[in-house]
Amino acid sequence: MGTIVVFIDQVDTPGRLHPTALQLLTLARAAGEPVAVVAGPVGAELAAELGAYGVARILHSTQAELADYLVAPKADLVAQAAASVSATAVLLDNGPQGKEIAARVGVALNAGVVTDAVAVEAVDGALVAQKSVLAGSYTVVARATSAVAVITVKSHSVEAAPAAAAAAPAVESVEVAFAPASLGARVVQRTPRAASGRPELEDARIVVAGGRGVDGDFGPVEELADVLGAAVGASRAATDAGWIAHTAQVGQTGKKVSPQLYVSVGISGAIQQKAGMQTSKVIVAVNKDPESPIFEIADFGIVGDLFKVLPQAVEEIKRRRA
Amino acid sequence: MENSALNIVVLVKYVPDTQFDRHLTGDGHRMDRNESILSELDEYALEAALALTDARGGAKAGNRVTALTLGPAAAAAAVKKSLQIGATEGLHVSDDALAGSDASATSLALAAAIKSLGAVDLVITGMASTDGETSLVPAQLSARLGLPQLTFASSLQVEGSTVTARRDSDDFSEEIQAALPVLVSVTDQANEPRYPNFKGILAAKKKKVTTVTLAELGLAADAVGPAGSLTRVDAAAERPARTAGTIITDSGEAGIALADFLAAQKLI
Repeated sequence: MGTIVVFIDQVDTPGRLHPTALQLLTLARAAGEPVAVVAGPVGAELAAELGAYGVARILHSTQAELADYLVAPKADLVAQAAASVSATAVLLDNGPQGKEIAARVGVALNAGVVTDAVAVEAVDGALVAQKSVLAGSYTVVARATSAVAVITVKSHSVEAAPAAAAAAPAVESVEVAFAPASLGARVVQRTPRAASGRPELEDARIVVAGGRGVDGDFGPVEELADVLGAAVGASRAATDAGWIAHTAQVGQTGKKVSPQLYVSVGISGAIQQKAGMQTSKVIVAVNKDPESPIFEIADFGIVGDLFKVLPQAVEEIKRRRA
Repeated sequence: MENSALNIVVLVKYVPDTQFDRHLTGDGHRMDRNESILSELDEYALEAALALTDARGGAKAGNRVTALTLGPAAAAAAVKKSLQIGATEGLHVSDDALAGSDASATSLALAAAIKSLGAVDLVITGMASTDGETSLVPAQLSARLGLPQLTFASSLQVEGSTVTARRDSDDFSEEIQAALPVLVSVTDQANEPRYPNFKGILAAKKKKVTTVTLAELGLAADAVGPAGSLTRVDAAAERPARTAGTIITDSGEAGIALADFLAAQKLI
């Protein structure tokens, strides 16, 4: 069994292990010997949590450069740590930063990079990843052919599960030698975004998304989302209009989601939108235009006024739960 | 500090049109590249370059915007469209050996092509290609060229030799800064790309496009393509097309019907 490095970022989000990190550790443990490489501090609590997921060895650095510069110093950390433990694979989250760290680690270690994995398994000692390509129209099986494989994994590729027996990890502080070129792009200001209290789009089991049809009022979409415990998404038309933050955009140039349920509200369902949601398990569409292409892919469609249908559905769901 | 003329390289990719069904073909599960066009996301990169050079007096003042593409002979169409939109010149790395290159091999060839242009102030790319969609190439190119990366920029300014960009993520909005030369990738929030006009289409015919082979860039054929790639696609399966389910027209009870559907699916 090879050594598999899992990258954990504690610089941007200290003290909190993202659910995706636990999933990555679960995957790594199934395929080899997990080693956590942490950017930032490792306290007793974090070490215990990592140990519970089967991590026996933690390498971490608290060097200021990791926070002060964009991406590249973290890639230096991961590449140097992976080399020092002779890792056969590196797993990272599939966010923009995770992908960019993966990209640079790939160059540093002359390793193949597979992004957007929705499943990872060890086959004859090599890690093989499954992913959707061409806007969800194909599923492919891909692998790195290099000595080291670098894979970025989407949320919910596996259900996170602690190890049968917790490990007591050895925590080693490492001194990263940053390449001069890695210290070129400085973060001069970082403004945290206000938390919505709702699940994150890519983590959510249910997504309710609004488009042009909401006409500036996301109220009914948010109310339905809240009664379903869902994340709120949007089409590009809605984010471009400034009705909701761009980070809520689902589509080709936004988030790609595959929840159990996607409720599309007032969205026509053009290619740009479909590319981000057509791998959802169940699709429900509400739109006043019966000709909308969204109805071609909806499991359940309602031709009607969202300002009437959504509040009625919210009341009905509440009534049934009462 | 004075704003001097800029020498910018914009990466433009020739990709299958996302408006049509796209397919993987053959043993290597490669993209079928018929019906291809300039990647929509690269138009934002080109616009970012043109906005910077327009503000500095354009080509007359010595600003250069080179549209660089990698690919078969047909990929020249991506360069041509870029010249019509406003790029001042084109560079096309045309070599059959490039087919089947992954991000690693692609970034290797692009790095060699950019180095062949001498000193460059900015390399600007889109946020992803609309075919591979991995977003790996900008960061890999930055690493290979030793340039700072200001990636996923939703805004971009160059003052003197300082480049400032905004990068938005779920957790933060960041202002990031580097000194020229830099590599930048821009999102589709960065600007509104211009369209080619009649004057631009005519002017494009007089612009210079240089076509080079891998050998001319000092690269062996097996440094790219499947031999030079570090990843492989073992299998590909087309997802069955989604089909329409039940469609109802609201006659006053559709909200209740929606709740019924969700309950039947055990989603509530």
